[in-house]
Amino acid sequence: MTPTLTAGFADPVHDAQRCFRSVLDAMSRPGLVRTVSGVAPPRPLCVASASVLLTLVDHETPFWLDPDADTARDWIAFHCGTPVVADPSRCSFALALGLPDLMRFPTGTHEGPETSATVIVQLPALTGGPAFRLRGPGLKDSAILKPAGLPTNFASLWHRNRTLFPGGIDLILCAADTLAALPRTVSIEEA
Amino acid sequence: MPDVMPIPDKNTARKRWMAVLARAGADAISDRLAACGSVPAFTRLRGPETGLVMTRGRTGGGGAPFNLGEITVTRCTVCASGGLVGHAYVTGRDGRHAELAALVDALMQDPDRAEDLERSVVAPLEAAERARRATIAAKAEATKVRFFAMRNMRT
Repeated sequence: MTPTLTAGFADPVHDAQRCFRSVLDAMSRPGLVRTVSGVAPPRPLCVASASVLLTLVDHETPFWLDPDADTARDWIAFHCGTPVVADPSRCSFALALGLPDLMRFPTGTHEGPETSATVIVQLPALTGGPAFRLRGPGLKDSAILKPAGLPTNFASLWHRNRTLFPGGIDLILCAADTLAALPRTVSIEEA
Repeated sequence: MPDVMPIPDKNTARKRWMAVLARAGADAISDRLAACGSVPAFTRLRGPETGLVMTRGRTGGGGAPFNLGEITVTRCTVCASGGLVGHAYVTGRDGRHAELAALVDALMQDPDRAEDLERSVVAPLEAAERARRATIAAKAEATKVRFFAMRNMRT
């Protein structure tokens, strides 16, 4: 254990339940931005990505950590009790600072689409970036999300992920204390 | 590999005091700690939280492991001033016990305090535990039946 180890959720049960509800809402309504709280994470994690990790990741979910976020490894290993794997193709959750190459992660199979990875992408902000129009299940019409820090060709990268349906990666975008989700079913175009 | 040799020693020592603290009660640790001076400030990193742990035993013969049953365990991790992290896993549901044991574990890692704590907290608790066990063993010993007759008959 390093001397820099800090606490997890202030109120583990309720904070995790609140965060789970936020992720569920965000997944059900792509583009919806939710706010979470309750944790003071170590650098370079933001409040939202740390909360999502504490809520979803545990000893049964192999986890891949962006090497740039290695300073948070001990904290994640301690509080989540997760095996941190070096090989992204073996993880069920991943955390990346900025969008990683999604095809490095397991995308699931037709028989087992649930075996695909959920990738938590930490971004500078979920507002003020280029606008993307989202359509798909959970959206009656369409929604607009303006995340900052995604690559300019994100819509075409996402299209490739969509072709893998029913497999495919689910994304949770986190910035500061806000999160939004892009489930594999959503279609994205530049607005 | 001479450079890795000190690690087992350190772990063995820590294992010992963690075991002693886990077997002592919350009040016993608290009393000893109070006698040692003021209790330093600390923050909780995790818990105290209670859960179940599967205990396993080994069968005779082949020695294959089997699940004996689940026991209630309370764990706690604290960070004492100075950044030392202490852990404790104690049987039962006494969160205060787990917290105090974790605190003493953290403080015992501080070379400046270890000697003092060893003398006034860990060693007395260990002695008390040994005495308690000796009493139980003595009581059990009194009821032990020795089948001299049967053994003599067989030979």
